[in-house]
Amino acid sequence: MTLLGAIFMTVSLVFVWGLALWCFKKVLTAPSEDRR
Amino acid sequence: MSQKQQWGSRLGVILAVAGSAVGLGNFLRFPGQAADNGGGAFMIPYFAALLLLGIPIGWAEWTMGRYGGRKGFHSSPAILGVVGKGSLFRYLGIIGVLIPLCVSFYYVFIEAWCLSYAIEYAKALFGGAPALGIDIQANTAAQATAAKEYFASTVGQSGDGVLFQGGLAPVVWVFLVVFAINIWLVVRGLSGGIETFCKWAMPAMALCALFVLVRVLTLDSHGEGRSVSDGLGYMWNPDFAKLKSAETWIAAAGQIFFSLSVGFGVIINYASYMRKKDDLVLSGLTSSATNEVFEVGFGGLITLTAAVVFLGVAGTTEAVSGGSFGLGFSTLPIVFAHMPLGDLFGFLWFFMLFLAAITSSISMYQPTMAFLEESLGVSRKQAAGMVVGLGSIGSGWCVWHSGGMVALDTIDSWVGTLLIVVLALVQVVAFGWVWGMDAGMKEAHHGSAMRIPAIIRFVLKYVAPLYLLVALFVFAKDDLPKWLVNLGENTVARNSVLLVAGVILFLVACTAIGARRWRTQGLDVDGERLPDEDLQPDQRS
Repeated sequence: MTLLGAIFMTVSLVFVWGLALWCFKKVLTAPSEDRR
Repeated sequence: MSQKQQWGSRLGVILAVAGSAVGLGNFLRFPGQAADNGGGAFMIPYFAALLLLGIPIGWAEWTMGRYGGRKGFHSSPAILGVVGKGSLFRYLGIIGVLIPLCVSFYYVFIEAWCLSYAIEYAKALFGGAPALGIDIQANTAAQATAAKEYFASTVGQSGDGVLFQGGLAPVVWVFLVVFAINIWLVVRGLSGGIETFCKWAMPAMALCALFVLVRVLTLDSHGEGRSVSDGLGYMWNPDFAKLKSAETWIAAAGQIFFSLSVGFGVIINYASYMRKKDDLVLSGLTSSATNEVFEVGFGGLITLTAAVVFLGVAGTTEAVSGGSFGLGFSTLPIVFAHMPLGDLFGFLWFFMLFLAAITSSISMYQPTMAFLEESLGVSRKQAAGMVVGLGSIGSGWCVWHSGGMVALDTIDSWVGTLLIVVLALVQVVAFGWVWGMDAGMKEAHHGSAMRIPAIIRFVLKYVAPLYLLVALFVFAKDDLPKWLVNLGENTVARNSVLLVAGVILFLVACTAIGARRWRTQGLDVDGERLPDEDLQPDQRS
């Protein structure tokens, strides 16, 4: 793998994992709204 | 009307939507598309499409769905009738029931392939015989032939009806079990069936993917140019020249589009069971982000990396050109045959694909159930009976006509590919041009945990419709003539389209009956007034 390939892979992975973790953190720390 | 359905929790609806989106395409289609279209450079148009098309159109669907639900509707025809303010969009909304129903016809069959393969690997794990009959002592060509022959015989590629000769083939029994599980989960309802299942299936899928990923990334090298680093390079090394091609940008948008399940008719139904105070902006973003983790985070690292390590660049390129099924069901089994603990990882891989498929397929039956319940006024169990009837006819057609997978390919092309773009166009026009961007954004922000960026208004009103129109124009110019010629030459393909036409007629009749019923019940069929909960007490009907 070239350096550019490694950079593209790392940036892409950081972006998708970062976005998902940020979203789930916001969702899970929001006040509970379970309806059951 | 049957008992009112609702989600049990916010996390539940997020995982259900993400489960609907995560499917075989994340693990098999995405890596092939990326490798073909510039590798790492493909991620530039890919992420641009995610941020400018996929997520915004998804937000529009979530918003229209919840708004329709607040007006007492849960099906795409009724909801688009409200948002689109009349019968034109109500009847166009039928596409939102047609797509998930018709895609389920073949998708549940593919799901049965995944479970059949997982069972074969489990048997090999405990029985000792080589999985799928692949002999690692034989040369590579013989192994490839064995894997292809196993796949062809499992799915009945050699001719129509071969899966029924001399009794039912094993994959048909698996199909019947899988079909029954799907119906059982959907009949149990949104919270008790779909949500509960997705809440354990999604983490289980992530765990399986993680195990396989760790195994792939720790593989030993197999000769020059066949290390993990070479495999990752095959997928990720950027080829910037590809960015000059319009095809690359269209392919990236297409991958995002199909991957996120926008324009599929599922999100609009799922969101209709949310309440006004429920957040939908963050929920929509979270379900999209979850899908991306499976697609880029797992699909982008596992499939092609493993293939390059064991088959080399040339073998992988040939496998990618064979399409998603070839890569997933013929090539990867060879990789697993050579991998230490390959039977275990083969089982985990195909069980993960099965979970990815079933969390998608249950979402395909739910919109039809909801539509039949509210249009015909039948109970959920009666609607389930009708779905079993429709599913038996449609899936039975695809399973019987397994020769060359013509029926599957035809329905996938006309419904699972073309109509998704059409429905998305109908939805963005209804949202941005008929309902209006101000009303849509106001509705989206009720209860939202975050704001939708202002630029999305422009994107949804102009960019998304323009992109979809261009995509349809390119299709009409490049592909439609070939598709029509194929229909003229192939009887099974033609009859498959006639089957879809029959389903359309049935859905049109149900919509006409439903519209009459809803008016009789005093429901605001044409979206002429605000939901009751938005009105002052003295204004309510």
